[in-house]
Amino acid sequence: MSRLRAFAVFCYDFVIGDDWRLALSVVLGLTATAALAHRGVAAWWVLPAFVVVASGLSLRRARRKNKWR
Amino acid sequence: MTTGALALVLATFLASAVETVEALTIVLAVGVTRGWRSTTAGIAAALAALTVLVALVGQGLTAIPIDVLRLVVGGLLLIFGLQWLRKAILRASGLKEIHDEVAIFAREAAEARARPPVDPRAFDAYAFTLSFKGVFLEGLEVAFIVLTFGATQGSIPLAALGAAAAVLVVTAIGIAARAPLARIPENTLKFAVGVLLTSFGMFWGVEGAGVSWPGNDGALPVIVLVTAVSAIGSVFVLRSRPIGTVTGASS
Repeated sequence: MSRLRAFAVFCYDFVIGDDWRLALSVVLGLTATAALAHRGVAAWWVLPAFVVVASGLSLRRARRKNKWR
Repeated sequence: MTTGALALVLATFLASAVETVEALTIVLAVGVTRGWRSTTAGIAAALAALTVLVALVGQGLTAIPIDVLRLVVGGLLLIFGLQWLRKAILRASGLKEIHDEVAIFAREAAEARARPPVDPRAFDAYAFTLSFKGVFLEGLEVAFIVLTFGATQGSIPLAALGAAAAVLVVTAIGIAARAPLARIPENTLKFAVGVLLTSFGMFWGVEGAGVSWPGNDGALPVIVLVTAVSAIGSVFVLRSRPIGTVTGASS
């Protein structure tokens, strides 16, 4: 069981990494893009917008986390 | 060679070069302190495992419809690229420790020396395991990039070629130097790889979601440029008010 858990932790670290919110923003951005595309909207800008906002917030969190150390 | 193929080779070459530098540091530390027999066996076993993994998964990926592949792989590549880029930005702005190959070499060598010695002709399980883990784990990231980039671009062999070329070049430099490759601008290379993975992930993800970019393939260089400028801009903003150093995974 501990090996299975270690493997799960490794997979999480490998793909998701230090900030799970970045991964979530990508999933939400792709979902919103696909949903808008389904309605005929040229939604190419949606994913970049999600990425810019999520990255900015992630960097700000890293900086703040640092501040209180 | 098309722009896409060129970017494919460049991205896999750079990513592979960075990971090979890191694997080489571990292998050198183990080989120098524990002997090369079991260390080399560990390297060979790891490379064989990675080759089998790429061949098996690669074959499976080619069977997936291209739009689904671009959506899933684009998303994964974007998540992966954003993590690389985030770390690279934090390192470049002084908020995260720079990857120091000399320090890692010293630490790994000290740990290897502390283990009980074995007969140089006998199998050294410690040396084998450590070199296997070092090469396999660093190589896994390269395998991931080779598979995702290669499958989406429709050429896994070309992606593997870029990665293999980097392994040969870095290994040759390492053998010539007989020391950890501290002079290779590893953090700058990681920054460049992060930009490429993020840009391609974004491009393929949006296309996989059923949307065309303005200018179609012509949008890709613009995305790369905007991503690079944004990342460099973030470094300048973070550098303007440095606080300290973020701790955490340093791969």
